[in-house]
Amino acid sequence: MIDESSDVLILGIGNLLWADEGFGVRAVEELHRRYRFPPGVVLMDGGTQGLYLVQYVHGARRMLVFDAIDYGEPPGTLKLVRDDAVPRFMGVKKMSLHQTGFQEVIAAAQLLGRIPEQMALVGVQAEELDDWGGSLRPSIRACIEPAIERGLAVLAEWGIQAELRDEPLPEGAGLLRHDLDIAGYERRA
Amino acid sequence: MSVTTPNGFNLDDSGRRVVVDPVTRIEGHLRIEVNVDNDNVIRNAVSTGTMWRGLELILRGRDPRDAWAFTQRICGVCTGTHALTSVRAVEDALGIQIPENANSIRNIMQLTLQVHDHLVHFYHLHALDWVDVVSALKADPKATSELAQSISNWPLSSPGYFRDLQGRLKKFVESGQLGPFKNAYWGHPAYKLPPEANLMAVAHYLEALDFQREIVKIHTIYGGKNPHPNWLVGGAPCSINLDGTGAVGAVNMERMNLVSSIIDRCIEFTEQVYIPDLLAIASFYKGWLHGGGLSSTNVMSYGDIPEHANDYSAGNLLLPRGAIINGNLAEVHEVDLRDAEQVQEYVTHSWYKYADESRGLHPWDGVTEPNFELGPKAKGSKKHIENLDEGAKYSWLKAPRWRGHAMEVGPLSRYIIGYAQGNPEFKEPVEAVLRHLDVPVTALFSTLGRTAARGLECQWAAHKLKYFQQKLMANVKAGDSSTANTEKWEPSSWPRDVKGVGFTEAPRGALAHWVHIKDTKIANYQCVVPTTWNGSPRDPAGNIGAFEASLMDTPMADPHQPLEILRTIHSFDPCLACSTHVMSEDGAEMAEIRVR
Repeated sequence: MIDESSDVLILGIGNLLWADEGFGVRAVEELHRRYRFPPGVVLMDGGTQGLYLVQYVHGARRMLVFDAIDYGEPPGTLKLVRDDAVPRFMGVKKMSLHQTGFQEVIAAAQLLGRIPEQMALVGVQAEELDDWGGSLRPSIRACIEPAIERGLAVLAEWGIQAELRDEPLPEGAGLLRHDLDIAGYERRA
Repeated sequence: MSVTTPNGFNLDDSGRRVVVDPVTRIEGHLRIEVNVDNDNVIRNAVSTGTMWRGLELILRGRDPRDAWAFTQRICGVCTGTHALTSVRAVEDALGIQIPENANSIRNIMQLTLQVHDHLVHFYHLHALDWVDVVSALKADPKATSELAQSISNWPLSSPGYFRDLQGRLKKFVESGQLGPFKNAYWGHPAYKLPPEANLMAVAHYLEALDFQREIVKIHTIYGGKNPHPNWLVGGAPCSINLDGTGAVGAVNMERMNLVSSIIDRCIEFTEQVYIPDLLAIASFYKGWLHGGGLSSTNVMSYGDIPEHANDYSAGNLLLPRGAIINGNLAEVHEVDLRDAEQVQEYVTHSWYKYADESRGLHPWDGVTEPNFELGPKAKGSKKHIENLDEGAKYSWLKAPRWRGHAMEVGPLSRYIIGYAQGNPEFKEPVEAVLRHLDVPVTALFSTLGRTAARGLECQWAAHKLKYFQQKLMANVKAGDSSTANTEKWEPSSWPRDVKGVGFTEAPRGALAHWVHIKDTKIANYQCVVPTTWNGSPRDPAGNIGAFEASLMDTPMADPHQPLEILRTIHSFDPCLACSTHVMSEDGAEMAEIRVR
């Protein structure tokens, strides 16, 4: 997007090619497939772009992040972390798998003069990370629904009402295309 | 024990072993082990990378027209260049010709990536290896202003500007949230800049952070979105309609003008900030000319930025192609990616299995079968390796070789080849830098030379951006608005069994994808990435790779604070770059350092 600003940035981060690391992006993909949002709300597949996301973080009034995390809990444990705790949380021992990238992104946005007024992170304890080319494990895939519910609750607190689409967007017409949508990705030769 | 490698390095692993192990999962994971002698000089170097396991399992059976989208996800920093390499490989296999405008747009996308990546690498990943941020707090703003004005006309240079900035930095540091400035070796004796130069560099760190977001708007305009812009087999994914009013999809005059203005600012920032900073910093470090490694002997570039569409011969490429071996700059060898005897990958020291590991495989015949086992001299366990055994398998990177030679790739390689070919676009700026610093041409073969070449290339790329933007504009105004060729879009029009190769010069070096398409689906797909060339382990003959070679004979001030190792490895801009400014598991240190 040319305009980097948003009222709410809903950001999924992680690498789709690395099994449960793709959780954050898959959660935002599913959220987008099923819900419509008012103007000013931006849904973004942030991948592993790290520092290259700084302008979007800097430009967001509020930010909701979905990510896979690894802090030794049972697989599928959901965590909701808010505001100042988001960078702190991401900076503590083995928390978010993208801590090095993302913690720095928030610090860099701060150096540019602004971070979101409100931040929330919906994180899920990953089960499998070493399966290059794999998809979400069933236990983690099952977390998409409760993670979306938590995210929607945070958005509702912020006064953002998501509207359920009449029909979920069809395969390949959503946030991820070119066979990278979850159905296409999992349809192996 | 001391041995001499075929590529001319004396390895001695009898001294203390130092392990530098950054921990991350983002772009992979790089670990360096070295042995130092009694004077803390590096006498043996071992580079090991993980997490690169090939794409064939993911791509096999998929539509080749989607491969770019998958390859874009391999890594967080070279997304676009993988996508471009992929569409070129598929077009090569299927015999698809792209329109001139698509060639210009792709060049603009690729050159934008070069400018963006080089700038972010210099200021945000590499500068902190040369610039002591904490020392900047002691700088005199007035003297900083004088320094800045003595090297550039850049307007942001008043004493008040540097005073304000110093105040912001102080507040930031005192808040305890050092963020990107955390976990470095502030005060390390290998830092040589006076406080004023440090403050100036920190100011430009912030300005570059602010400016880089403008650069990527070019990707958004021609790629339709950002992050993860779109690419298209057969051309460029955007249509151009100069009379359009900004409807979704088409690039109109207003957008074209925005691109042109961003390009002008790229040129301005590079010439008034980046290059002067580079020269100023280099002048304090020109006595530190370690890190040359393979650059004085074996360098390679595939070439890139075709002047005209569909012609990938060396004469049509604005970035040079060729290979120099054994330090003979008088002879630049032609590189042919289709020749089974030229590029080959070995796995004798890599965690993979071949039927016959004494031989290398050309990527079209490439095999990626994991085989994770530690050598008899390794210490620790597979889950927690304390010391690697470089006599056995020790890396997840394969060892690519060109006609059996370990090669260095990247901006310095491109500049050396351009220089050796006598191309004034590369030779003249190099000579100007050497004159300015008053150093001989051999100074080029160093960590600093690598860093300088990247800056020069950023400037070159910014000017070429302008050239291709003007070319595109002129062509469209002359009535040709075609951006894609869809003649062979339908798989029914494709040959049954074909192979192709696509190549680019990624910011960090030569990149190629080899694809085999059978019955309209991908049958095999192999990528050989620049960091595999540079970070490669040893090969069956015992040649060490470019990272390993670059560390040899470097003196360390303090093996517990391996700033010199990080400085040299960062100078390659490895894909793993973001993994080298990280915390260890306890969040306390930049990297896990162990000295035995």
